[in-house]
Amino acid sequence: MIREKRIILRNSGVIDPGSIAEYINAGGYKGLSMALAGTPGKVVEEVVASGLRGRGGAGFPTGTKKQAAAGKDAGTIRYVVCNADEGEPGTFKDKAIMETNPHLLIEGMIIAAYGIDSERGYIYIRGEYYDSINRLQNAISQAYDRGYLGTDILGSGFSFDLEIKPGAGSYLCGEELTMLESLEGKRGYPRIKPPFPAEKGLWGKPTLVNNVETLANLPGIIEHGSAWFRSSGTESTPGTKIFSVCGDVRNPGCYEVDAGVILDDLINDLAGGTRNGKPWKAVLLGGAAGTFVPYSCNDLSLCYERLKERCATLGSGAVIVVGSGRKLIPLMQSILRFFRHESCGKCVPCRIGTTYIHERSLEMPGAGHDPRISILEEMVNHARQMATSSLCPLGQSPILPLETLQRHFSESIATE
Amino acid sequence: MDQQEIFTRFSPDRTNLLAILHALQDNHPQNYLTEESLRAAASYSGVNLSWVYGVAGYYSMFSLEPRGRYIIRVCNSPVCNMMGSAGLIEALGSVLGIGAGETTPDGLFTLEEAECLGICDVAPAMMVNRRVYGNLTRKSLESVLKEFRMMQNERK
Repeated sequence: MIREKRIILRNSGVIDPGSIAEYINAGGYKGLSMALAGTPGKVVEEVVASGLRGRGGAGFPTGTKKQAAAGKDAGTIRYVVCNADEGEPGTFKDKAIMETNPHLLIEGMIIAAYGIDSERGYIYIRGEYYDSINRLQNAISQAYDRGYLGTDILGSGFSFDLEIKPGAGSYLCGEELTMLESLEGKRGYPRIKPPFPAEKGLWGKPTLVNNVETLANLPGIIEHGSAWFRSSGTESTPGTKIFSVCGDVRNPGCYEVDAGVILDDLINDLAGGTRNGKPWKAVLLGGAAGTFVPYSCNDLSLCYERLKERCATLGSGAVIVVGSGRKLIPLMQSILRFFRHESCGKCVPCRIGTTYIHERSLEMPGAGHDPRISILEEMVNHARQMATSSLCPLGQSPILPLETLQRHFSESIATE
Repeated sequence: MDQQEIFTRFSPDRTNLLAILHALQDNHPQNYLTEESLRAAASYSGVNLSWVYGVAGYYSMFSLEPRGRYIIRVCNSPVCNMMGSAGLIEALGSVLGIGAGETTPDGLFTLEEAECLGICDVAPAMMVNRRVYGNLTRKSLESVLKEFRMMQNERK
């Protein structure tokens, strides 16, 4: 029987998220004081040593990003942007952090800014997250009042201003360069990369873009050290990870556990098992832009190295459980409809491709056994071409669920 | 609220454009961006009208057409879809007598299909303006509608 290991969510449901005093009483802003007592270089060093990897989906080493953003053009303006545009279907863990422990994110952002010598930061939150926006806005005002934000923070000489910027309903803006376009008041179209944001980000300046959960890990790393952080999780994925478990489980919700947790333990011990009590049929790991795994993978360890070995992804930490009685074709259609709707239309292969593969999936239910198999094969081929010819992760994503459906569930799709 | 009053809350910096458009839209009783408000936003932000029009047309939360007082956004993303959102949209449509994207003749409700709203733990879910409703059934839908109709009557 496994249990939760709450580090990021330790205050959730325990303190009043509207009160900075309660956050401070619970040990909050201690990591920041410690960071400010040392050099910015020390902050970056500690984050590199911690082995923290981005929690937004790509899993890029956070320390490397920081080094890149800190190293460019000494003396220039640089920005810290928090990616709070949580839009991956099945993902709701950043919302949990922002609504139940908003000061932890703010503290993490100030530490990140100090590390790369940035004086201005933005939290880009999706427009539909009204509660997150309100909670964070309140927390930011309190942090200004107490001298954690603004000029000469805690007498350190370091200054940092932080603002919230709302999105307006675009999945694509969760992609870091597209988010920067949106922040600049434009349509959410992806940029060509490289250059990466650390070189040329917001307004062409070096910019550190990190996910909410990633930033929320920084106060703990600074306060307790990288060795402490590495005592949780695995070698390749140190720390805890918040999984948002949903679909056909009895207790859907956010669960913070050691990274590397066994998939079936997460589903059974924490999420209460499947609704009908029978072994699940499939799990979609990482949301729509994720991978399907069959029940034979129930012993999967949810960390980067083990998942990669078995061609699965961790993504944002979404765990969408599909019960034994459920059909997969409607779920596949729903995923493809989502990509079709969210494709921005900039790249032709993605614009046409997302529409085409969705249309093809709609023909599937009426087709017989063999035609279904060949439609699926054709869709996978198209998705592969899109993956190699699209600019941004959206066009590169449909191949992930489709290929894994084909690999593990062809027979189920042909006969359901 | 007067439009000029809205602008005073924001600096004329392009990072504020989306927030300004939200504020202008929220300020309109029909929840949409009028041509006049787009022109005002463009001149305030120092960009062309075509720029603002392009932005307003891109993001799904903005509307260039009048909408109802209450915007019902039913999540129809994979998780909610799996848990039955398509049936909810159908049920709402038949109770309200409109399809997705349409507004009731009394101007009270607009029905929209939304992409993942990040409330998958209570799927199927929806938002009515800023409020979240989860674990929906046909029955609970009707009581939500009733709640808003009553609120409307009290306003009158």
